[in-house]
Amino acid sequence: MTVGSPAPAHTTNPMHEEGNPAMKVELEADKCVASGQCVLAAMDVFDQDDDGIAILLEEQVGEDRLDDVREAVAVCPAAAIRLVDQ
Amino acid sequence: MADTLTGPAHQAPDAVPEFPMPRESRCPFDPPPALKELQGQGPLAKVRLWDGSESWLVTRYAEQRALLGDPRVSADTDQPGYPTKASPQAGEGKLSFIMMDDPEHARLRRMVTGPFAVKKVEALRPAVQRIVDGLIDDMLAGPAPVDLVDAFALPIPSLVICELLGVPYDDHELFQENTKTMVRTTATPEERGAASREVAGYLAALLGKRIAEPKDDLLSSLAGRVTAGELDHGQATEMALLLLIAGHETTANMIALGTLALLRHPDQFKLLRESDDPKFVAGAVEELLRYLHITHLGRRRAVTEDIEIAGQVIKAGEGVIMVNEIGNRDPEVFADPDRLDLTRDARRHVAFGFGVHQCLGQPLARMELQVVYGTLYKRIPTLKLAAPMEDVRFKNDAFIYGVHELPVSW
Repeated sequence: MTVGSPAPAHTTNPMHEEGNPAMKVELEADKCVASGQCVLAAMDVFDQDDDGIAILLEEQVGEDRLDDVREAVAVCPAAAIRLVDQ
Repeated sequence: MADTLTGPAHQAPDAVPEFPMPRESRCPFDPPPALKELQGQGPLAKVRLWDGSESWLVTRYAEQRALLGDPRVSADTDQPGYPTKASPQAGEGKLSFIMMDDPEHARLRRMVTGPFAVKKVEALRPAVQRIVDGLIDDMLAGPAPVDLVDAFALPIPSLVICELLGVPYDDHELFQENTKTMVRTTATPEERGAASREVAGYLAALLGKRIAEPKDDLLSSLAGRVTAGELDHGQATEMALLLLIAGHETTANMIALGTLALLRHPDQFKLLRESDDPKFVAGAVEELLRYLHITHLGRRRAVTEDIEIAGQVIKAGEGVIMVNEIGNRDPEVFADPDRLDLTRDARRHVAFGFGVHQCLGQPLARMELQVVYGTLYKRIPTLKLAAPMEDVRFKNDAFIYGVHELPVSW
């Protein structure tokens, strides 16, 4: 499922790719609708509070977690998660 | 106005098809052929609804997600141009926040999302496993054939949502029967209204009891909001009604329709029956959610400001219908989309909708389906349809698609 899937909400800066593989996860909790999809995609990066609203467990994610976090970005129904270069 | 919509260039003004369209009777798991044809022509098409009005039909995945995520579309059924599914339900009122927009939608929704959080739902898995095993024990001990809908598919979500809400399951006939009427498109507005009022009256009384004497359940949490002045009694009742209804017909239809689909795809049935891998079962659930879309009448919205999309301007006051059933069969997103393939990664499906209204019960639905699909076919490996396929009655006449009954034996 690569063709036509929504573009991941991150920007790629080739300057950073080799030196620092970690990326920063940004979560706008105000937008969260508590679907739980991010937790299902990356349980070690996201959790939910008592109201079901997403919380971030890890702000920096390494290369090995990027696929799962990108999945979380793609499936979030409220576009509340972004992955940014730093 | 809806009557003067300008259609996409490829659509002649006199060729506005009616929606919903009939399915091909030999392909009960596939969207109607006419719907697939419209998808092939472009992401937007005009359709005519039950009352003669016209609306935009959004056929492709990307445009469906974009519109469902756009704050310029409204879920408020009173908005001009809102494409209603049937005549207004007499005296029923609105089904709480699923028919509202932010910020009030968000305020109310957040009051009930807590118990549906992934880890809280996960804690219920052993209890759901016990329910599923118990119902299978009963089926195996009883005579065959048996109707899988009544004996298994409906009781599971019903028992679980009752437990979560704090509604006594002993009263299940009252809300199961009325819910069936409420989701039947052929019921008159009066019938649907009466059914809705009966369940609402029942829940309002139960809410009153929880206000006087709270317990550890979701109804008591709503009762607490009433006591604190955050909700009035009517609002709290509507929310309880929404959760009770939404927890019934949806998961039940996925269980029965999913089982029939698997029986018709023996290779896929075998994969599921023989797998001990919870990850595979979880993936199979996502694929069945993608492949079988039970909310076949689409997610509906009214456009409140002009929106430019796919080279078209959808004007304020026009309606849009996102048929996620066909979005989930978009070949741009899912390769060979009409094939049921439990091994594919189907997680990006839009079976639960998209945007701020995406199903809040989805972690619970997923967990229930994982337990069901991961257990039933292992415990009854010889499960088979006990009637000719032509005799199975599909719910083309309901807001939620599925089968009316599913006679099975083993």
